[in-house]
Amino acid sequence: MSEARNNTAPSSVWKSVLRFGLVGGAIALYFCMVGMVAAFDQRFLVAGQLTLGDLVLYVGPFLAGLSTARALADRTAWQRLLFGLLAGAVAALPSILIMLFSQQVNIGAVFVSLSSPLINILTFGRGLPDGLPLLVGVFGLLGLLGAAYTFLSQQARNAVNLALLVIVTVALFSDIPIRVIEKYFSARVARAIFQGNALLPLSAVVLSLLTVGLSYFGSLRAAKKKVGESKKPERLILGRYPINQVLSWALVIAFLLVLPQTDRVLAHVMMFIGLYVMMGLGLNIEVGFAGLLDLGYVAIFAFGAYTIGILTTQAAIGTFGLSFWVALPIAVIVGVVFGALLGIPVLRMRGDYLAIVTLGFGEIIRLLALSDWLSPLVGGAQGIVRIPSPSIAGFDINSPERYYYLVLIGVALTAFLAVRLRDSRLGRQWMAMREDEDVAQSMGIDLVQTKLLAFAIGSASAGFAGAIFAARLGGIFPHSFSLIISITVLSAIIIGGFGSIPGVIVGAAVLVGLPELLREFNEYRFLIYGILLVVMMLTRPAGLLPTDTFKRELESLEEGDEGMNNPVSAGG
Amino acid sequence: MAMLEVKDIHTYYDNIHALKGVSLEVNEGEIVTLIGANGAGKTTTLRTISGLIRPTAGQVKLNGEDLADYETHELVYKGISMVPEGRGVFAQLTVEENLEMGAYSRNDNRVRDDIENIYTLFPRLQERRRQVAGTLSGGEQQMLATGRAMMARPKLLLLDEPSMGLAPILVEGIFDTIQNINKEGTTVLLVEQNALMALSIADRGYVLQTGEIVLSDTAKKLSNNKMVQKAYLGVD
Ligand SMILES: Nc1ncnc2c1ncn2[C@@H]1O[C@H](COP(=O)(O)OP(=O)(O)OP(=O)(O)O)[C@@H](O)[C@H]1O
Ligand SMILES: [Mg+2]
Repeated sequence: MSEARNNTAPSSVWKSVLRFGLVGGAIALYFCMVGMVAAFDQRFLVAGQLTLGDLVLYVGPFLAGLSTARALADRTAWQRLLFGLLAGAVAALPSILIMLFSQQVNIGAVFVSLSSPLINILTFGRGLPDGLPLLVGVFGLLGLLGAAYTFLSQQARNAVNLALLVIVTVALFSDIPIRVIEKYFSARVARAIFQGNALLPLSAVVLSLLTVGLSYFGSLRAAKKKVGESKKPERLILGRYPINQVLSWALVIAFLLVLPQTDRVLAHVMMFIGLYVMMGLGLNIEVGFAGLLDLGYVAIFAFGAYTIGILTTQAAIGTFGLSFWVALPIAVIVGVVFGALLGIPVLRMRGDYLAIVTLGFGEIIRLLALSDWLSPLVGGAQGIVRIPSPSIAGFDINSPERYYYLVLIGVALTAFLAVRLRDSRLGRQWMAMREDEDVAQSMGIDLVQTKLLAFAIGSASAGFAGAIFAARLGGIFPHSFSLIISITVLSAIIIGGFGSIPGVIVGAAVLVGLPELLREFNEYRFLIYGILLVVMMLTRPAGLLPTDTFKRELESLEEGDEGMNNPVSAGG
Repeated sequence: MAMLEVKDIHTYYDNIHALKGVSLEVNEGEIVTLIGANGAGKTTTLRTISGLIRPTAGQVKLNGEDLADYETHELVYKGISMVPEGRGVFAQLTVEENLEMGAYSRNDNRVRDDIENIYTLFPRLQERRRQVAGTLSGGEQQMLATGRAMMARPKLLLLDEPSMGLAPILVEGIFDTIQNINKEGTTVLLVEQNALMALSIADRGYVLQTGEIVLSDTAKKLSNNKMVQKAYLGVD
């Protein structure tokens, strides 16, 4: 501990400990107070050992230790660990104070979540005040772990992150592996790995060791490859593509085709994700390609759904009784036409104004659907019921799996269209317009035409998605078409990466799939959206799977400031 | 007949009367400069010519044809190309992709050759052909914007303050290039605050003051004009 090494003054060390500790404590307390900790405590990840609630609770102290150790980079290793531990312990203070306060004064009316179950969790079942030292100890330990995390090499960090991610994912979605194992192996095998919905401790250990091992092996190989990069590796080529690329695509496609067969709920969820992917890809044309921030996209979805409803319903208000297959292209066309029509009044608007006006459009359409004025046609608040399920050559599309395949076709079509458009002359026009409208015009680009085409083409997939949605539910109601849909689709685009097609798919899977599969999350859906968006903007501003242009821009930015801290995706 | 004829145009921003009867002419093969202080209306004049704003009165004619019937995006097909103030390069595209965008209006197969020509004009751009335009320096962005405008093979090039924010040495380079472009047959209307440089390469000039042309003459006579010297050349 030579004096010369210590660049941070002692007082600022304590300031760091206190600051990061209290911030971590605030995070922990926040998760407690919104009820997540208590609600998620029912959900075991590792049987008897670790619940989802614990995991959420541990994020705060872990981050406190990690940040403190980072801030004290010029100190000795032992000091960093020690202060990390202290910061973790400090993170326990806010929760302790609130709990002790609640003993004296009844604040239950304000903090509804501060219930005895929560206190039970925070004191590890020992009650107040006996459990408090234990809480300080556990939080301190997590702070220590957070500090220790900063010592790991990038490789090791990746391995740890991945292992954690794999365990949490497998445990959260255990329904799927359990059902797959039960179906293709036996219930006994499933019981040997899982207990209820949670991983058994042994399988958790094995799984994490496996992941760590594989991740290490992978990064070693990647490193070796880098060394021998000059030699061109021999590759098997199948047609125009390397064979491993063909194989991985085949695997993905097989996965997409087979997975929904294993489970109805899963098929339903995947169908839902697919609907959002379709809408995401369409809205991405408007927002990502053309830079038109449209918050009224749900209106087009509603147009598609209502077109199917009106044209195919067998209820009393129906006068057309068309088949789904005739009505489907009409729904798409209606979507396209109204997309363009709604685009006309906003031709001269940009950015925020455009967002607000289109948001208004979305609401107007919903209110019109609710109105008495149109109720002879669209059923008002009662909506339209008795929409028959489509059938093709005597084959009824009436189960989640079958709808899923229908959606999959829609997704494939939309994705194909989006890729082709992006690389087309029109795609260039959109890009130029997004970057600078005046310059685009002076280069000869017709803004009116370019904008309307973006709205119209982007709307086609929403019409399609709405059509399937209506047929799947068998009935449609105005309240199904709220602003939330527009927001979810837009969030999927942002999380996936503006303009990136694979990004939209991943974004929709995360935002729509997670809450559907995890009932526990449903209540906190928007809280988690918010956290996810903020964390994403801080750590991966370009999205999960950014486009090349976006990546390029960020890379060339990074060349300028190498000292920037690299993003951490630590869980806790 | 002049190539570009601006006849007594009045342009408003809501109720701000930005141009109060501006008239000017640009003949084929000339470099004509429009100088004036901040807020005089130079950019507004260019924007009016290119149709980004419409005048409430007056006419803009190209080779005798009234441009009021054309949209901005159609003018490039008539041979007008503009380098906007503040450059407006496509930040997310590479240098080369920016140049390709500049040829958007063309459908001949000489685009590649022209890109190479631009690189000869601006060797700096060739070195950075794969770099994203948003990360170019200010001077390089100006070169790129100019090069991109040239990619449309314009007959008339409108330049809005190409020297803005550039070091003196780069300013000279840009003005040399403008002269070269002009020698190759492109007519230039050059808006500038750097009156000294602009008048040194221009054939004729106009002085704009709060929306009105107060002087017009050959470049040589303007640089000797007492009032111009005092107001724009810093000579008393
Ligand atoms: N979009 C606008 N809305 C309202 N007023 C504007 C707008 N653009 C320009 N003006 C006003 O019009 C007048 C002329 O502006 P202009 O941009 O043409 O000046 P300029 O000669 O190009 O100046 P500079 O040398 O600073 O670029 C100024 O008074 C300016 O404030
Ligand atoms: Mg200006």
